[in-house]
Amino acid sequence: MIEWVAWLMRTIAEFVLPFTASWTWIPWYTIALLHVAAVLLVIVSILTMFLVWLERKVSAHMQDRLGPMRVGGWHGWAQSIADALKLLLKEDIIPAMADKPVFKIAPLLIFGATFMSFVVLPFSENIIVSNLNIGILYIYGISTVVVIGIIMAGWSSNNKWSLLGAMRSAAQLVSYEIPVGLSLLAGVVMAGSLSTVEISLAQSGGFWNWFIWRCFPFGFIAAVALYIGALAETNRTPFDLAEAESELVSGYHTEYSGFRWALFFLAEYANMFVASALVVILFLGGFSGFIPVPFVPDVIAGPFWFISKTLFLVFVMMWIRWTLPRLRVDQLMGMCWKYLIPIALVNLGAIGLWTSMSG
Amino acid sequence: MFDGFYNAFWFLVVGCLFVIVNLFVSSLIRPADPQEEKLLPYECGEESSGTGFVRFNPRFYIIGLIFLIFDIETVFIFPWAVILKGAGPFVLIEMVIFLAILTVGLVYAWGKGDLEWIKQPTQW
Repeated sequence: MIEWVAWLMRTIAEFVLPFTASWTWIPWYTIALLHVAAVLLVIVSILTMFLVWLERKVSAHMQDRLGPMRVGGWHGWAQSIADALKLLLKEDIIPAMADKPVFKIAPLLIFGATFMSFVVLPFSENIIVSNLNIGILYIYGISTVVVIGIIMAGWSSNNKWSLLGAMRSAAQLVSYEIPVGLSLLAGVVMAGSLSTVEISLAQSGGFWNWFIWRCFPFGFIAAVALYIGALAETNRTPFDLAEAESELVSGYHTEYSGFRWALFFLAEYANMFVASALVVILFLGGFSGFIPVPFVPDVIAGPFWFISKTLFLVFVMMWIRWTLPRLRVDQLMGMCWKYLIPIALVNLGAIGLWTSMSG
Repeated sequence: MFDGFYNAFWFLVVGCLFVIVNLFVSSLIRPADPQEEKLLPYECGEESSGTGFVRFNPRFYIIGLIFLIFDIETVFIFPWAVILKGAGPFVLIEMVIFLAILTVGLVYAWGKGDLEWIKQPTQW
């Protein structure tokens, strides 16, 4: 996609300013890449603000309330924009006893790492920033960097709540990394590739070709295990022990305020999108639709299916939040090590056997 | 023309620039009025006693160690998962043996009680 944008920009520039045609030193590829990154950043920000608004509305309606109604007019649609501006204007407090360099780097690392995982999300066969041949492994690795950011934030705050929250969060994230990895591998075995585009293409051709129905019921079990793992990886209820507000104030970001705190929030909601997108890519067909629709170009149908399926999974995350109570720490760890990991291991073996037998 | 990771690198740069620029803009328009009470660690209104670097449960280290074993296992399975399709039964049997050894490790840790959050003394 970047090559195409670079070609377009170059053609337009040479048409408007003909003398630039002789300038061979212009790095068109990098310029196009930076533009794509900036556009994607804007999309991610808008998406995050939309998700924050959606979460407030969904939780309000599930509790028979109305949620934000005033700012902006229709159902308070501008509430998140107003909140973002407010957070930009808030005082930035860094505690006197905090480890200041680490305290400042932590949100940078978390946001940067989250944004990096958007590189391999396939919105369509060709609308992808770079089709890495190890796409799934790349997302799996990048998402682990967030753990380092969380430990840095909790440790540098010099606050007991933050430290306990960071430790819990790190233990939770690394534990659930294993069932997530094993369930990802189930999808990879069925597709025979790590590239996100090739995995999605392997499921094209309608609803019954999705990997969730492949090797039934093993594909289905892997998808459910991956989704449970994704809930834990994004610190959502029922696995939100890291920021259990009734016991730990708000966990690792207790001491953060103003825009630095907003960055954690931004990264959390962006992570929700990425985690849901991962489930969609591996088990729900990626950018392919329920039924093959003729005459609609892939450039429109692909992003439509991919984004609507992902947003549906994000909505289910919000739904679960108001359905299930929070687990205890021992239940959380028991759930991961005693149920999810053995199930995912056996499941991976069964899918391996099935794939190997069917050739 | 370029490796895919070239794109990923520039994404990291753009993401970090977004944070830095926003924090800079924010520093121009936000108030800055540090006071002694404001800069104390927040512990629900109580004055904090001692530093924040307290001792915590050593279970976290055990979880970290078990995680390390299983994460390396996952890394070994990744290349296997890619080539399995159409590679024949021998490749499958090899990985089943590898997984069986690791399952024994998981069962051992389970039996030792290392997966319990509140550990009981080992009873064999």
